[in-house]
Amino acid sequence: MANELHTDYWERDFVRTEEPKEYNTLNVGPTHPATHGVFQNVMLMDGEFIVETEQTIGYIHRAFEKIAERRPFYQITPLTDRLNYCSAPLNNMGWHMTVEKLLGIETPKRVDYLRIVIMELARIADHLICNSVIGVDSGALTGFTYLFQSREFIYEIYEEICGSRLTTNMGRIGGFERNFSAKAWDKIRYFLKTYPAKLAEFENLLARNRIFMDRTINVGSFPADRALAYGFTGPNLRACGVDYDVRVMNPYCSYDEFDFFIPLGQNGDTYDRFMVRQEEMRQSLYIIEQAIAKLDKMEDKQIYYASDPRFVLPPKEKVYNNMEALIWHFKIVMGETDIPAGEVYHCIEAANGELGFYLVSDGGRTPSRLHFRRPCFIYYQAYPEMVKGTMLSDAILTMSSMNVIAGELDA
Amino acid sequence: MFKINTERNQLVIKKLSDKFLDAIVQHEVIADMLCITIAKEAIYPALLFLRDDSDLKYDFLTTLCGMHYPEREQLGVVYHLHSLTNNHYVRVKTATELSNPILPTATTIWPSANWMERETFDFFGIQFQGHPNLVRILNLDDMVDFPLRKEFPLEDQTRDDKDDSMFGR
Repeated sequence: MANELHTDYWERDFVRTEEPKEYNTLNVGPTHPATHGVFQNVMLMDGEFIVETEQTIGYIHRAFEKIAERRPFYQITPLTDRLNYCSAPLNNMGWHMTVEKLLGIETPKRVDYLRIVIMELARIADHLICNSVIGVDSGALTGFTYLFQSREFIYEIYEEICGSRLTTNMGRIGGFERNFSAKAWDKIRYFLKTYPAKLAEFENLLARNRIFMDRTINVGSFPADRALAYGFTGPNLRACGVDYDVRVMNPYCSYDEFDFFIPLGQNGDTYDRFMVRQEEMRQSLYIIEQAIAKLDKMEDKQIYYASDPRFVLPPKEKVYNNMEALIWHFKIVMGETDIPAGEVYHCIEAANGELGFYLVSDGGRTPSRLHFRRPCFIYYQAYPEMVKGTMLSDAILTMSSMNVIAGELDA
Repeated sequence: MFKINTERNQLVIKKLSDKFLDAIVQHEVIADMLCITIAKEAIYPALLFLRDDSDLKYDFLTTLCGMHYPEREQLGVVYHLHSLTNNHYVRVKTATELSNPILPTATTIWPSANWMERETFDFFGIQFQGHPNLVRILNLDDMVDFPLRKEFPLEDQTRDDKDDSMFGR
């Protein structure tokens, strides 16, 4: 009897059939430090590997498209600030250009160049955060602390130009609210002089770092055809090897006069996305230098807005001393100018990709419909496919290299 | 101010009207973009044709958004298609009646339409037939209304202490 039990015991151990796998559900977010924003991923985990991912977004949805239907055009600019808040001036300029397209305002060349200076600064600020955060998520905090000084400096430049730092509300329809001050130019020049060295120092920390390379190469790679099918744009698409850049393909704001090249990746992995952003920052510096050279050559340095009294606020001295200027001032501020009926789509190369504005006007004083093409919202849906079968720690790195900004995701 | 590629616009209209002559409701160039309105019965084959035709190749769905036309009692969808090979945009519109808003899904043509259609459903209530997972995306799951429709004005309409006539609507 005892013997039987004994053999039975051993036999059971040897012919043990494989037990069904035990999956765990893991919540990453909505308030998880690794998501860098308010959105949730419910992951079905097999040990440390991801079997499936379900995304929940909309935690900071603020219904901008609805709010915009009740606001005069110049009051929509602060809404665009809050889309991709890491590069608010880019969104602002994109919105101004959309309205200018609808109204048929032609901006002076000097305004275009000033805009390019500020847009490329914003692009640097955005890429810089994304790249240093890739470092943080792979365990290298040092580069982050170095580069944040530079971001701080870019915000100081914004401050000199428009008075605010994060949500800038910079510029007006037709140009800028005021000319760049001498102090602002000093800061821009100082930034151009000092930033390349800092960027090189940062790149030295990571780009050929064995640990960083092991963590990022072939992590979250995505083939180019899938990326196009999922509507990738911007650095994420270019990392896959597709040379689509709105600045070159459909130049706006006189970008066609500038000389720069578009960095491309090969594998579409996290390392490629990192390197593409690094090179884009250098190209942005180069573009700013060219813009400043062009601006220096211009004779009249007082042009900073298009001459269109319907939408450009007259200078304050005139408002106080001139009746017509006072009337126009009130008409603009009260949103009393009718907009011609029509519809336009305008897109710019924002830091994350093609940021588009589809604006429909029925002739009223507010848009009858405004739709934002938010690059984040469109490419983030590919995330489950990108991380399927990878490890959790790689999925975190993939997410930060995609630069998903919650404000842009949720509108 | 902006350049219009008339040649290519005409090619698109010619190619489309060869196949879908009855379905093209209207075509015009608004600002810099060709805008084609297609009846909802033919929208799926027309989109597929626009993507697959070797001369057109609208292989990239830039954006997709809903519209509400209260005066016509219709809901609409606007597709912005981009041909990366020819660098040409085209805007395709379609409409469906408000009482029974059903349209075919574009997710089988461009996977990126998935979330954009969910967003459109979320805000306008358009049912995309064949969509793999048509649930709300940005709003609460148990919400019953479709907030971007024009019957929901932003301010409380019972208030009479505010005169909003200056805003034109």
